[in-house]
Amino acid sequence: MHDLAHAQEPEHEHSVVPSDPALRVKSLESLLVEKGLVDPAALDALVDAYEHKIGPRNGAQVVARAWVDPAFKKRLLADGTAAIGELGFGGRGGDYLVVVENTPQVHNLVVCTLCSCYPWALLGLPPVWYKSAAYRSRAVIDPRGVLREFGLEIPEGVEVRVHDTTAELRYLVLPELPAGTDKLKEEELAALVTRDAMIGVAKVTLPKAGGRA
Amino acid sequence: MNGVHDMGGMQDMGPVQREENEPVFYQRWEGRVFGMMWLGSAWRKWNLDAMRSAIENIPPADYLRLSYYEKWFAALIDLVTSRGLVTRAEVESGRPAAASAKATPPVAATGVPALIARGNPVRRDVAVAARFQAGQRVRGRNINPPGHTRLPRYARGRTGTVERDHGVFVFPDANAHFQGEKPQHLYTVRFAARELWGEQAAARDAIYVNLWDDHLEPA
Repeated sequence: MHDLAHAQEPEHEHSVVPSDPALRVKSLESLLVEKGLVDPAALDALVDAYEHKIGPRNGAQVVARAWVDPAFKKRLLADGTAAIGELGFGGRGGDYLVVVENTPQVHNLVVCTLCSCYPWALLGLPPVWYKSAAYRSRAVIDPRGVLREFGLEIPEGVEVRVHDTTAELRYLVLPELPAGTDKLKEEELAALVTRDAMIGVAKVTLPKAGGRA
Repeated sequence: MNGVHDMGGMQDMGPVQREENEPVFYQRWEGRVFGMMWLGSAWRKWNLDAMRSAIENIPPADYLRLSYYEKWFAALIDLVTSRGLVTRAEVESGRPAAASAKATPPVAATGVPALIARGNPVRRDVAVAARFQAGQRVRGRNINPPGHTRLPRYARGRTGTVERDHGVFVFPDANAHFQGEKPQHLYTVRFAARELWGEQAAARDAIYVNLWDDHLEPA
């Protein structure tokens, strides 16, 4: 969890954020609303969009389509923005999309070392670990060590490609289609695709025995 | 700026800590900060590059200690005051100054879907010659600007290969400081992991970085 408790310690007396962000944020919001700078209903709508509408299910649809439609996959890898636009996704955090494909020879991993850029339009807002100093610092210098912490051991013969999101291009990893999925429909395949697999810190797997697959 | 935000390759930050089923916003105020930053930017007093620069300007000890949205909040206060939307006194009091005019918000709730769809278009359809081509060997320039830059320290002085030319994009290093867009070609450059980190890196691995013409020189 976040550590919000230390702002009043003496060594932090010049801290840029006060001890009670909730109160100060409320105060700033009422100021901006009273001055007519921000519409509070628009604030509600933006928060609602990212809490309930825009998330990893978007990206999973793209991945599943690529798995079942070779022509789409070809377009997707050639011009991610245009192909993903066919499914209606784009806009903020997805203006320029690049899809990188995991294969038996190549494993892709996405990071933003300078801030926390992330394909919002396809995955929603990033998880805390993606924004953490640990991930941002280590993903480029020790990607295999980071992946090991996520439970992924990448064989020596496989090339690891780390994509540092330093511009407005946003990366989506196209995971490998797991074996034993021949009979699954596109929607069932989409249900297997996780956020972590589309960042490159996991593989897509079938549910354990007893699951519906 | 050689700030603490430029984290690629730093060590001793500990293991990556994950949480199952984490919420989009842990607390209500985080969502409000997220929304105010975005809706405030609709006044076009700052751009996304300036917003990143404001976050980078948080003093390093605070930067490391603060949560993500605490950093956004610090940057938001910086931007709304330095760019003239409100005064410091108004932020302190939480009340508009006497006799200040009331504006009309540029984005209403009904305009939010369009705001999201509009995104942040920073590709420019202007004729600017590319200084490099795919396949060309290039080196990250040894620059240490005191302001915003998207050239990470770990790529400076290092040699890589241009993988792809993405066309002409706004140059954040200038745009963040309201010095114009300075549009130029944006590339993906592939650096061998061993070029960046030496023999400890795996022989086959590579880091791909998006860099602009002004970040690169022929190698």
